[in-house]
Amino acid sequence: MFVELNNLLNTTPDRAEQGKLTLLCDAKTDGSFLVHHFLSFYLKGMGRIDAGVNLTVARERGQLVFLEGLKSAVDVFFQTQEEPHPLQFLREANAGNLKPLFEFVREALKPVDGGEARWTYPVLLVDDLSVLLSLGVGAVAVLDFIHYCRATVCWELKGNMVILVHDSGDVEDEENDILLNGVSHQSHLILRAEGLATGFCRDVHGQLRILWRRPSQPTAQRDQSLTYQYKIQDKSVSFFAKGMSPAVL
Amino acid sequence: MLDSLLSLGGLVLLRDSVEWEGRSLLKALVKKSALCGEQVHILGCEVSEEEFREGFDSDINNRLVYHDFFRDPLNWSKTEEALPGGPLGALRAICKRTDPGPVTIALDSLSWLLLHLPCTTLCQALHAVSHQDSCPGDSSPVGKVSVLGLLHEELHGPGPVGALSSLAQTEVTLGGTKGQASAHILCRRPRQRPTDQVDPTTHLTFNLHLSKKEREARDSLILPFQFSSEKQQALLRPRPGQATSHIFYEPDAYDDLDQEDPDDDLDI
Repeated sequence: MFVELNNLLNTTPDRAEQGKLTLLCDAKTDGSFLVHHFLSFYLKGMGRIDAGVNLTVARERGQLVFLEGLKSAVDVFFQTQEEPHPLQFLREANAGNLKPLFEFVREALKPVDGGEARWTYPVLLVDDLSVLLSLGVGAVAVLDFIHYCRATVCWELKGNMVILVHDSGDVEDEENDILLNGVSHQSHLILRAEGLATGFCRDVHGQLRILWRRPSQPTAQRDQSLTYQYKIQDKSVSFFAKGMSPAVL
Repeated sequence: MLDSLLSLGGLVLLRDSVEWEGRSLLKALVKKSALCGEQVHILGCEVSEEEFREGFDSDINNRLVYHDFFRDPLNWSKTEEALPGGPLGALRAICKRTDPGPVTIALDSLSWLLLHLPCTTLCQALHAVSHQDSCPGDSSPVGKVSVLGLLHEELHGPGPVGALSSLAQTEVTLGGTKGQASAHILCRRPRQRPTDQVDPTTHLTFNLHLSKKEREARDSLILPFQFSSEKQQALLRPRPGQATSHIFYEPDAYDDLDQEDPDDDLDI
């Protein structure tokens, strides 16, 4: 979790808003540092992790549920499955919809019977959505899947969603454009990491654009969009205004 | 501004983008219609009912009928709660109403409908709905129908957007620069229907009418510079005796006529 990013977003793990969809998008750069930020942000918010964030511990406690897409994809082909498999669409010639995948997600989010609650509110993190397109699913089918996840996670369970979509920048990739724009319109917050237009730089790794959408109350004072440049270091990311890198000043 | 957007009726197309969202304008128009006493139906495909109703007070909320296509639009839960016929079925059911008052239908969003239905089907349904009140000779008077459609521009190609644009009476495109939002409004005035021709020659202080004889004389008149076949023949075959022309001049007392040619002394 990057404290500087929390400051830019004006949020902390213990008072994060609920029922929100955040879109992470990267273009000409690697946006996985944003995924790591939100993963540790929400695990910290669960209040059960004492020192740092330990993913293994979280997984053992049932707070973190992984769908290992790659392993499941292979299982679909080489093992007989009785009940519908989440990645059933891989076997079907006409990948109609992602209903089995959604049902897997919904099952995973159900509170465990008995015992203490696993979390205060659930968080669904998707890394990354563009993979579904390359597996042959249509953009509208993926958007429908996200719609149903949003209805269940954000509205019904008052949880949050974080989705990573790559922006290939390919003008001819219409499906990816529809997917990216479709999820953008469903999002409350968009974080877009872009490589610098002028190329690589040792001291400035990229630019981050933050766009707030769908505010519950129209806030005239708060900026709708902000742009910062950043540098990724060993254990943190530092943000600064454009042209204000410490290396330059 | 909101009044002018709603005054023409028919389809009002709200085009928004990721950066400049249009749902707040849609809600403002819904609120305006409700305050005018209209019944407002919302086909909600993108946000929950709670989220849509947020910000409206109870007076307005009581006039809003929300058709929920957010929770389970594709009937994945296979329960009996699914609304039959989907969003288009709901749209047609609203229009079959017997209540003659004006009604406003908000489509949130047209983009969702366009992604899940064929463009032609959607356009035909919208045309039928927004032109419902313009059929003359219909015995049951139906009130004005306004359809507010929210369209996310980036999701569709120019073909479908153009088709919806041509159906719209009013089109609002949202944009802005440097944090300041703006709206570009395009109104299509309805074509003037041809009314009974009014005779412009009545009620004048002078007479513009022609009698039958006058009309015949006018029609047979040959204009002086009109090239006719007779004129053509006359020019091609000049008649003898008309080659030269005579000038008849009567000098008066003050004329000083010299019969000599003044150019005689020129030695050319």
